[in-house]
Amino acid sequence: MADFDNELDASGLNCPLPILRAKKTLAGMDSGKVLRIVATDPGSVKDFEAFAKQTGNELMDSGEEGGKFVFRIKKA
Amino acid sequence: MEEKKLAIIATKGTLDWGYPPFILASTAAALGYEVEVFFTFYGLQLLKKDLDLKVSPLGNPGMPMPMGMDKWFPTLFTALPGMEAMMTAMMKKKMASKGVASIEELRELSQEAGVRLIACQMTVDLFDMDSSQFINDVEYAGAARFFEFAGESDICLYI
Repeated sequence: MADFDNELDASGLNCPLPILRAKKTLAGMDSGKVLRIVATDPGSVKDFEAFAKQTGNELMDSGEEGGKFVFRIKKA
Repeated sequence: MEEKKLAIIATKGTLDWGYPPFILASTAAALGYEVEVFFTFYGLQLLKKDLDLKVSPLGNPGMPMPMGMDKWFPTLFTALPGMEAMMTAMMKKKMASKGVASIEELRELSQEAGVRLIACQMTVDLFDMDSSQFINDVEYAGAARFFEFAGESDICLYI
């Protein structure tokens, strides 16, 4: 079983697109569901932290996998 | 929690200066801000249906140029015919290759996210512009209208 409900591939996209796409995807999800985001923009590491803090969605984890940045955000 | 408010005045109409208003507006909206952008003077170019924005190295010694040209290319030569078009084309190509959104895309995302765009009626008249040249869902108003929102804003930027 996958440990997320939706996935967003923001590879190749630059600021602020990963955040905008994530926001849009989260808007279509139910509270408590988990969105996994894959990004290549190094700025997205701090940006998703800030996004979670300001929107109340929970950043469950943030890490690197095969040279890409991977985040899991739980919708508030 | 009450929504925070961001008010922006966009006054510039070049490709490079067209980005900050839309990047900040769309991001703020994604973070839950209520956002209004007031476009005045050259900033009105950013509201046109057909965008023809350019970037010029002329008068901008800080602009990195391709092939390290900024290191040896005399500033005066950047005034040569065709330089602006060339630099604009190269900048657009570079942006696309780096996954940077186009102004059109960011503008659309901003509107979609509920950012309100206001055109300065006085400058529209001054430059003999017409609302038919602009995208839909733009409000036409004056300075007092800007202050109605800006006066209650948490962040107010002049770009």
